[in-house]
Amino acid sequence: MIELKGITKRFDNQTVFENIDLSLARGEIIVVIGPSGTGKSTLLRCINFLERPDAGHLTVGDLAFDVTRATTREILALRRRTAFVFQNYALFANKTALENISEGMIVVDDLPKAQAHARAREILERIGLADKADAYPASLSGGQQQRVGIGRAMAANAEVILFDEPTSALDPEWVDEVLSLMKQLATERQTMIVVTHEMQFARDVADRVVFMDEGRIVEQAPPSQLFHHPRDERTQRFLRKVLPQAPV
Amino acid sequence: MHALDVDYMLGLVPILLGYLPLTLEMAAVGMACALVLACLLAIVRVRRLRFLNALAMLFISFFRGTPLLVQLFLFYYGLPQLLAFLVAINGITATIMGLTLHFSAYMAESIRAAIVGVDRSQTEAALSIGMTQGQLMRRIVLPQATRIATPTLMNYFIDMIKATSLAFTLGVTELMGATQKEAASSFLYFEAFLVVAIIYWIVVEALSWLQRRLETRLNRAYQR
Repeated sequence: MIELKGITKRFDNQTVFENIDLSLARGEIIVVIGPSGTGKSTLLRCINFLERPDAGHLTVGDLAFDVTRATTREILALRRRTAFVFQNYALFANKTALENISEGMIVVDDLPKAQAHARAREILERIGLADKADAYPASLSGGQQQRVGIGRAMAANAEVILFDEPTSALDPEWVDEVLSLMKQLATERQTMIVVTHEMQFARDVADRVVFMDEGRIVEQAPPSQLFHHPRDERTQRFLRKVLPQAPV
Repeated sequence: MHALDVDYMLGLVPILLGYLPLTLEMAAVGMACALVLACLLAIVRVRRLRFLNALAMLFISFFRGTPLLVQLFLFYYGLPQLLAFLVAINGITATIMGLTLHFSAYMAESIRAAIVGVDRSQTEAALSIGMTQGQLMRRIVLPQATRIATPTLMNYFIDMIKATSLAFTLGVTELMGATQKEAASSFLYFEAFLVVAIIYWIVVEALSWLQRRLETRLNRAYQR
């Protein structure tokens, strides 16, 4: 169970968002949509403390704390419980696909190397890259790199995986293989929060779609409801733009 | 003008080679110390540690801004007048000290640039899976910074080997000092200095070969 209460983030004197409340149950899949620059990615980064929130309360599993008083230990504990998939993959360039996946298990979870590599091989199998274990990121396609990025997040055994526009940097030809891997995770009821512009994915996979605009959660509902009967005028306007043929 | 005295030159080679170990030793010790000092300076600069950062900048500014020969004279002839316990400092130690401080100032800046040059998103990725700052540095940043910095650092090492020849101005009989003495007694200056030039040249070429192999190895992960 993950809960954000009153999460606020400011850069210098500009407020990105204020008092965001959001909670999700184990196994729930949330897709966050909305115009660019409304703080979707920043919110995601706050859950992992890649950005430090300025106010609010965070609960992830058995860990709960006030973000303004977070200790280094709490931040590390939070990061172990939340895995992150980056828009630009952010693979470790000096490590092979296998090592990218096993690195966290070895360094953070203190697993013996052999055991970590065995688990990493299982994950490579699941992401369909068993034959690329020894390949370095530079020799992989964008789609393969992002699948390794997802594999690295899977290896963290986190309560929740946070996806920050995982397909936005990909050439169109690689988008499907990444989305279908995410769908596979969804069918295994991996808890996830996905920030994306892939509306079809949101419709097919999300349990709940959250629409953000100008630093606020405007509306959240199951996809059938949000896409077909959006209540708020801003949601309607946004959906008209991104879904030209939407029955709105 | 006289013909080259080849026999003299050939005879000189083994004599001079006897002094090569001292030259290499000064360079190797100087390089090792300079690397450690440069890494510390670079981390102070990257992390912008208060006070220390200002101190590091002053240090770098001074040792880059003054000639190595002046620094060597300052350590060997000057400092003992100021600090009595340094009276016993010998030319070799003073040379190693000078090389360390002088070259660490240059190397600190290239190591700093290399650390900053490692893709920032990898830092975030390492933090996002729960690595500490130390683990992040050791496992992700420094290995990649090493690759970026290696060509420049090897150049400094080559420079340092040649700079050890300045030790002869502090009365150290190393490769250059020995050549000077041999030349002074035989009066065959051209032959003697040609031999020593070729010895330095070969040593540097051997290192360049090593550098190329090292770089190929370090670049393995980045081949498409």
